[in-house]
Amino acid sequence: MRALRVLLRKEFLQIRRDPTILRLLFIMPVVQLMVLANAASFEVKESRVWVVDRDRTPTSAALVERLAGTGRFLVVGQGLRQEDGNAALLAGRANAIVSIPEGFARDLQRTHHAAVQLAFNAEDGAQAGVASSYATEVVARYSAELGAAVLPMNVAASARGTPTPGSPRIDVHRRNWFNPALEYRWYMVPGILVQLITIGGTFMTALNIVREKEAGTLDQLNVTPIGRTTFIAAKLIPFWIIGLVQLSVGLAVAAFAFRIPIEGSLALVYGAAALYLVAALAVGLWVSSISDTQQQAVFVTFSLLMVYILMSGLFTPIRSMPDWAQNVAQLNPLMHFISLMRGVMLKGASVVDVLPRLAALAGGAAVLMTLAVRRYRKGGA
Amino acid sequence: MSHVPAPTSPARVAIRVDDLTRRFGDFTAVDAIRFEVASGEVFGFLGANGAGKTTAIRMLIGLLAPTDGRAQVAGFDVATDAEQVRRRIGYMSQRFSLYEDLTVRENIALYGGIYGLSDADIAARGGTMIAELRLEAHADELVRTLPLGWKQKLAFSVALLHGPDVVFLDEPTGGVDPITRRQFWELIYAAAARGTTVFVTTHYLDEAEYCDRVAIMVDGRIAALGTPEELKRDFATDSLDEVFVRLARGTGAVA
Repeated sequence: MRALRVLLRKEFLQIRRDPTILRLLFIMPVVQLMVLANAASFEVKESRVWVVDRDRTPTSAALVERLAGTGRFLVVGQGLRQEDGNAALLAGRANAIVSIPEGFARDLQRTHHAAVQLAFNAEDGAQAGVASSYATEVVARYSAELGAAVLPMNVAASARGTPTPGSPRIDVHRRNWFNPALEYRWYMVPGILVQLITIGGTFMTALNIVREKEAGTLDQLNVTPIGRTTFIAAKLIPFWIIGLVQLSVGLAVAAFAFRIPIEGSLALVYGAAALYLVAALAVGLWVSSISDTQQQAVFVTFSLLMVYILMSGLFTPIRSMPDWAQNVAQLNPLMHFISLMRGVMLKGASVVDVLPRLAALAGGAAVLMTLAVRRYRKGGA
Repeated sequence: MSHVPAPTSPARVAIRVDDLTRRFGDFTAVDAIRFEVASGEVFGFLGANGAGKTTAIRMLIGLLAPTDGRAQVAGFDVATDAEQVRRRIGYMSQRFSLYEDLTVRENIALYGGIYGLSDADIAARGGTMIAELRLEAHADELVRTLPLGWKQKLAFSVALLHGPDVVFLDEPTGGVDPITRRQFWELIYAAAARGTTVFVTTHYLDEAEYCDRVAIMVDGRIAALGTPEELKRDFATDSLDEVFVRLARGTGAVA
């Protein structure tokens, strides 16, 4: 116990004197949240549309106005010929074409039925999908106002092909639960917080231990009577605490700078983080046991984290992955933690709701830590 | 600078090495070496780079498991009783092994605490050490800021802080100026005079002359072992340098 105490004291002295750790602690959460929450979103701010209005009536002009009025669409050109629209799409000047056929207003009046064609450049599928759903919504609202049915014909096109009409789709009334303003930040921020403490915890642990290897101080400690378990505990406890501090800084930034509501219990957030951090630190420990230099450690950690993060559902939903990948993702503690954090922060999920996630985190932490400690203890002598 | 070696009676053997062997794949780094070091002896371990010195020392301090053979340090087997061995040895590696981002005093407190010294003990022994090394004015400075020679002397003293039976020094004076080297050897003698056994590897053959006995390793084997005088007599030369060069070239001893 005394050995653990003196080792912990040493770690904290060193951490206090290391300016990069303090920077990681306070600047990284702020910068990452700012950059990622804004850059890593699927939100479509301004889609450039080309309008082919062959109807040229006040009704069709009003529809175009509605589209532009949302702020999501910018009308970059208008014309009577579909070919001009196609050319604009091909050239990349526009990423969508709205085609209103002749007789649009007339049909609406007579039959309460009219069609509008929406063609999107679907090279970036996610973006096209989002923009298309915005447009569909505008059309639906407009038709509801008119008391008529305007059927938007959604057409996805690639820039290289000519748009082909798809099947008409009737828009369903949509209500977005838990994130009513459809703020992608709300969705991204909990995930980014998690990713942040993952990077912090794993990198810092791996680098710290490998630095001692490089300096020769690790050998020095290994010839003392300190057990490896004591050594590992002294290394991990500080970074576990730092991870929780990092999370607190991140939560504060999220709440006060981004005004992200934290619906659920903070205690639950911290409890889950405490469990998850054990897994993140175990990965760092494992990396340190297989690396002799800091460069190797950075390379291994970076490669691991890439897979880890891509398979976590942070940027892409797990459900859209192939089956095998979904199964692998179930083994990823990061995935469970992100999903838990989103649930607790945005939906106010309770302990009971997230119990399976907590269990998965605890299991993952136990397994990873056992493997890492075993591997580490075998590594030296 | 002279020092009378302790008699080599079996009860006072600090290090006993029996056919100690370490293989890495097909390569035999240390090949069945055997020797004994008496308590309070200053034992020099010489050899060219790659002769197996570091591998041997790493086995003796429990950082590397032997492939074959046995070694006892301070009365305990390094393979089966590593824990007991570690309590009774000090080690100073060729790389500077104190924490550069801790102060002199913090390093002393750390290693003292690791070996279970009480705070009062650490304060008392640390104070004496700092005074002996004339580091009073620098005791609260980061070790990083000290000149290399001071760092080495400090590292040696810290390795002795817990009063080990045996201290292992792996090329302790590398890159240090001659005056500091001399001061360093005074520290070694002082430790030996207090009964600490000193096992030291070195490149410097003038330093080998300071040892009570010297073992010279060539290609994983001990090619010669004896007092500096014996070795010079056996090789009919007046310099250890000559002994070393002839062994390394494989021209052997004069029968």
